[in-house]
Amino acid sequence: MAKCKGIAMLVLLAPATLAWAGSGKLQETAGVTQIEGSSGGGLVPWATLAGYDSREETSASVFATRVSTDDYRLHSWGGAFSWHDRIELSATHQTFDLTATAFEISQNVLGAKVRVYGDVIYSRWPQVSVGAQYKELLDTTLAEAVGAKDFDNGTDFYLAATKAHLGALFGYNLVWDLTLRGTKANQFGLLGFGGDQNDSYEIMGEGSLAILFSRSLALGVEYRQKPDNLGFAEEEDAADIFVAYIPNKQFNLTVAWVDLGSIAGSDKQTGPYVSLTGYLW
Amino acid sequence: MKIISSLLLGTLLTLAGCQSLNSSATLYDELGGMPVIEKITDNFINEISFDQQIAAHFRETKIDRFREKLIEQLCNVSDGPCKYTGDSMLDVHQKMNITEGEFNRTVDLLINAMNQAGVAHRTQNKLIARLAPMRPDIIYH
Repeated sequence: MAKCKGIAMLVLLAPATLAWAGSGKLQETAGVTQIEGSSGGGLVPWATLAGYDSREETSASVFATRVSTDDYRLHSWGGAFSWHDRIELSATHQTFDLTATAFEISQNVLGAKVRVYGDVIYSRWPQVSVGAQYKELLDTTLAEAVGAKDFDNGTDFYLAATKAHLGALFGYNLVWDLTLRGTKANQFGLLGFGGDQNDSYEIMGEGSLAILFSRSLALGVEYRQKPDNLGFAEEEDAADIFVAYIPNKQFNLTVAWVDLGSIAGSDKQTGPYVSLTGYLW
Repeated sequence: MKIISSLLLGTLLTLAGCQSLNSSATLYDELGGMPVIEKITDNFINEISFDQQIAAHFRETKIDRFREKLIEQLCNVSDGPCKYTGDSMLDVHQKMNITEGEFNRTVDLLINAMNQAGVAHRTQNKLIARLAPMRPDIIYH
């Protein structure tokens, strides 16, 4: 929690009036930070970039996320930089531990995303971005033990389309995202990449749908398909329902209920998700 | 998850029910007609005058004319009983080189203006949706 407090302090102190600093997007249109550190919903990376920068601006943000399911705890924190609403770079550290024991796995994720078309609000067609998430597993013992083919690192590639429809739902703004991810990752990469059942890239579908109830409150649902590469235990798709509170362009807070399915033989891993993102400029 | 999904669906259906009550009125009526449009416009001009960066673009603007034409335009796009007699958006913004950031900043000022005029969130969204297609004629000319 000390980390979270530090981040919150930084955010409160951050100057938001610099001319080149990102404030040139409409509130709520920068999305929040997804579990691997990219701009998105909670589980799904969106086509949006991490920050409120427009074409002449840059922005930087930090985030911390915690998911607590029945048997596991996933902690994710990091930062992202966005340049001219065109390129996003992110670095994230994840730790995953079994609540009952002291066992812990950690992983670093480096992300890059490029906006290739459009504007989430103003273009006729959805904003489209392509991205990659390079994942480096720091503790390979478990990945090795469960039969992952590659237990050092792996890279996910994705194509995301996101669109906001102004006043589309009885006057409320509606945001949706569809993402296709090419991946070999077992449980987000925490259990390595590829396995005895499958060791090639598969395309997974992911999606989010959110209603913006006010300028600062969004309610949404998400779904994320996951591969099932390992014979030793079934891996299931993930889903969540979230409320994002976005009071200003300096920070946002997302609270969700997440269903990660079965993880390493422990069924029905559901629980609360809390995430805080702060924008430094 | 199923319970949650049905809750969400239920909320949507309830919202749909509320909406059908006043679907025949124009956006102009929903806004509150001319008095509210005038209030939005005056608030907007006030907001702009306090924003250094945006105000710079209005240095050579005749504010009386701007006010009159903007009222016409807001009335017109919301299906009110007005004709817009001003110049096209493309002509007006020629050589101004308005950036995307400035455009979005100005939308924020318009939202402030609507908040001050007491325009409901959903009505604000509908008006912004009507104005949004003008963006390509406004930025980077």
